[in-house]
Amino acid sequence: MTRLSSYRDFDWILLGFVLVLSLISVFEIKSATLHTKFHGFEQKQILFLLTGLVLMFVISLIDYHRLVDISPYAYGISIVALVAVKIVGSKVLGARRWINLGGGVHFQPSEWVKLVLIIAIARYFWSLAGHDLSWKDIAKACLLVGIPMALVLIQPDLGTTLTYLPILIAGLFLGGLKIRQAGIILLVLILVGGIAWKSGKRLKPYQQARITAFLDPDSDPKGSGYQIRQSLIAVGSGGVWGKGTNRGTQTQGDFLPIPYTDFIFAAFCEEHGFVGAVGVLLLYLLILMRLIQNAQTASDLPGAFIIMGVVAVIVFQIAVNVGMVVGLMPVTGIPLPLMSYGGSSILFTFLALGIVMNVRMRRFVN
Amino acid sequence: MDLPQNSETGNLNREEKLSPAKLHIAQYIVALILAVLLIGLWRLQIVGADGYRVLAEANRIRKVPVLAPRGRLFDREGRLLVDNYPSVTCYLLREQVKDLSADIPMISRGLHIPVDQINATLHRFQAAPKYQPIPLKQDITPDEQAFIEAHRNELPELETLDEQRRLYPRDGFAAHLIGYVGEVSEQMLNNDSRYAFYQPGDVVGRSGVEQTYDALLRGTDGSRDVIVNSHGKEVGHLGQTLAVPGQDLKLTIDLDIQMAAEKALEGKTGAIVAMDPHTGEILALASRPTFDPNQFSVRLTRSYWNEILSNPDHPLLNKAIQAQLAPGSTFKIIMSVAGLQEGVAQTMHIPCNGGATFYGHLYHCDKNHGMVDINNAIPYSCDTFYYTLANRLGIDTIAKYATSLGLSQKTGIDLPDEVSGTMPSTAWKLKTQHEKWYAGEAISVGIGQGAVTATPIQLARALSGIASGGVLRRPHVVFPDEISAEQLRSVQETFPGSGEKTIPLTPENWQIITDAMYAVTSSPIGTAYAAHLDGIDFAGKTGTADLVSGREKNSSNKATLPNAWFVGMTPRRNPDIVVAVLWEHGYWGNNSARLASTIINTFVEKQRKRQNNLHIAATPPSAVTTALIDPVAPTTPAAQPKSPQPN
Repeated sequence: MTRLSSYRDFDWILLGFVLVLSLISVFEIKSATLHTKFHGFEQKQILFLLTGLVLMFVISLIDYHRLVDISPYAYGISIVALVAVKIVGSKVLGARRWINLGGGVHFQPSEWVKLVLIIAIARYFWSLAGHDLSWKDIAKACLLVGIPMALVLIQPDLGTTLTYLPILIAGLFLGGLKIRQAGIILLVLILVGGIAWKSGKRLKPYQQARITAFLDPDSDPKGSGYQIRQSLIAVGSGGVWGKGTNRGTQTQGDFLPIPYTDFIFAAFCEEHGFVGAVGVLLLYLLILMRLIQNAQTASDLPGAFIIMGVVAVIVFQIAVNVGMVVGLMPVTGIPLPLMSYGGSSILFTFLALGIVMNVRMRRFVN
Repeated sequence: MDLPQNSETGNLNREEKLSPAKLHIAQYIVALILAVLLIGLWRLQIVGADGYRVLAEANRIRKVPVLAPRGRLFDREGRLLVDNYPSVTCYLLREQVKDLSADIPMISRGLHIPVDQINATLHRFQAAPKYQPIPLKQDITPDEQAFIEAHRNELPELETLDEQRRLYPRDGFAAHLIGYVGEVSEQMLNNDSRYAFYQPGDVVGRSGVEQTYDALLRGTDGSRDVIVNSHGKEVGHLGQTLAVPGQDLKLTIDLDIQMAAEKALEGKTGAIVAMDPHTGEILALASRPTFDPNQFSVRLTRSYWNEILSNPDHPLLNKAIQAQLAPGSTFKIIMSVAGLQEGVAQTMHIPCNGGATFYGHLYHCDKNHGMVDINNAIPYSCDTFYYTLANRLGIDTIAKYATSLGLSQKTGIDLPDEVSGTMPSTAWKLKTQHEKWYAGEAISVGIGQGAVTATPIQLARALSGIASGGVLRRPHVVFPDEISAEQLRSVQETFPGSGEKTIPLTPENWQIITDAMYAVTSSPIGTAYAAHLDGIDFAGKTGTADLVSGREKNSSNKATLPNAWFVGMTPRRNPDIVVAVLWEHGYWGNNSARLASTIINTFVEKQRKRQNNLHIAATPPSAVTTALIDPVAPTTPAAQPKSPQPN
């Protein structure tokens, strides 16, 4: 079996689900930007999707083992890039996240670091395979993820920082963390969290507000409470069948904040109701189950780790974003994979899927 | 690159697979997370859908009031008195912004309102529900309107509303009668049950006809349901409830007579009331000094308000119904009724030597009238005769007749804040001053001095009753058939008064008094002979009411000059018009008589023209000359007295 002849083994079914969801996203972006100055963003989204598809095919050509091999260097470069963005990055809404490459192209390193981390974690736990995890191993894994997290947090970008966490958790869980160890870690976290919460309570309201503002500068002038409220009204008023395309009053009347990115699911729920929302969740379920199945059939550990890292990131983003939209989670500014408008998010997702395809295409190797 | 190339060769240690059990657990975790999200959606979209739908509608639908144009006012012949004109008002929508105070300086600059004033307005509406728009500035200029349009995004809380504003006649013409509109005050909202259903910021009639008939004139505001976006910008509309315009009202006022009255009072202080005694319809009602109601209908400027407050003659006071002053010699008509009906005056023949002494005190008369009886006492206005009559009747008999003719009670005219005047009596003195009445006090009352006070409208109504043979009407400025029976009853309950009644007046007495009043203007001995009108049956009575003891009429101090009164009518019996004139510090009643004569003249000329026109239409031109009425033709009383004694 040659590396180039395996497109028959490409996961066309998975790609089908992904494309259906992407199409839904394009239509919802069109509807959500209809009466705004962002009108026409759906065309840019199509452009991002096409680029993502090309990148997906390209990256599936490179044997993922090679990616695993170069991951230490990629990791090093990532750290340098994150430091660079803090120094020379362009400031948008009070945070330095972007490096301006000229010609209107902006580069957001923190999204790509996610990919690097997934592979780096896969490599790390692969190297530990067959052993029980020592506390030292666990500490090393935490450090591996913790350094880029800290660098992204100071940009500041709380949302992206949090998306690194599921990579670590998935790695630890699949890498053989003992229940006893997990229990101890959880206990420590609860203790630390409790102390932090208690000391936090002693802060004055304006101090808490300052910390929130520092951690989440995206917060709208009208306040995150307003955002959540409008989101709940949008979702709830959609009812069973929704108000119809282009007819969501919350979306079209500009009550729902940024309905084409972070709150796109609220816009979709308003216009397509519970039925539409269940359909989208079902698509996510199918995609995720298909991914986990691919992890099962992966030919080796690093492949399985990579896929499960991707699964962890996507599940986490769905949980946080949809959770926010339905009022179960705070406003963090994490996009919904495959639905939210945005180049970085789309390209990351398609690159991640490309690596999954890569693993699947090579499942019969050896 | 010295990368470890072990991936190509493979490492047996690294060939392990992930345990299927762990991947199953991962699948369950994924499914569980999605299930939780599904429950979240279920809670919102299935369980809470109805509630959220209401909130979504409340978000996007705004009720924009459509203000009802106020009813216009016309004179009795359908000539327009008060109209409306289109105007734009700026409103503040407090719901639209989180931090309003941050925008106030910008609003202040753009709309040219001091910051303090905006804060005061906000304070005034503190208790009002948030969704209710606050009127910020009325009658805004095109520049200010452009400012609002240009700052829709920065100041979404500003909204404009097209309204109809009141346009009143210029120069305060009939201002006291018409009244003015203004925002309902906090005091009215809190203390007056009539305003229970009004909102702060509502424009209501604050005086005159505007106040009395506010409920009719205001109409019912409608509303428009418009779709707005989060910036408050209108993006569409749903439905609307049409505004019901206020009812147009035809007043009993005759524009020509009113103009004559306004002209007569020009530059003076006082009031004129002209009334149709047959019906009680007010034909003209003017008061001076006056004010410009147009200044009140938009926000009143402080300087104009100060100007009004500092005027010692109280421009806002409707002197026709609110000036309660000593009626002077006009009161002698009422004295004559009392004297004749009591059978006392007929037999009185009094020598006037320029005064008489009662209870050891000399009471002056202005002239030496010689022998005086009832027939020449009125044209002479002989004080000596009426001192004697008052002494013979006693205060309580005088009070009985005066009260039956409407003194010391409101007339019940359909205008707000009428006052009742005073008619002294033994009971009155005991009640108000806890003192015994001294018989000597009745002497001055006999000539309309002392404690007796009356308003021009009271005197007009009393004379109307006497000249109509005892039939008294409730004065009114709006035709009763213009409004429903229920509204009429409500108005009459709001403005109680002596109302409609008939008092006993025998035809002989009626004839004596009215003939004597004719002599006032027609006989060279009459006090108002200078005001007599050729060919017109113009009768009346002058009054010169002293303000200070002792006659200081020639004093240069204007404030001490006597008030000049005149009440008159034409024709002398069953008159078509009665006029009461009060000219404060007018020096002599005769001066007021001349003012009254211009009004009577206007009325008669108009009446004759109309009758001529009717004749021209009905008869050949040669008959026109015979159409002139005989000014002294005897007539019969409008109503026969039922009993010889007043009740």
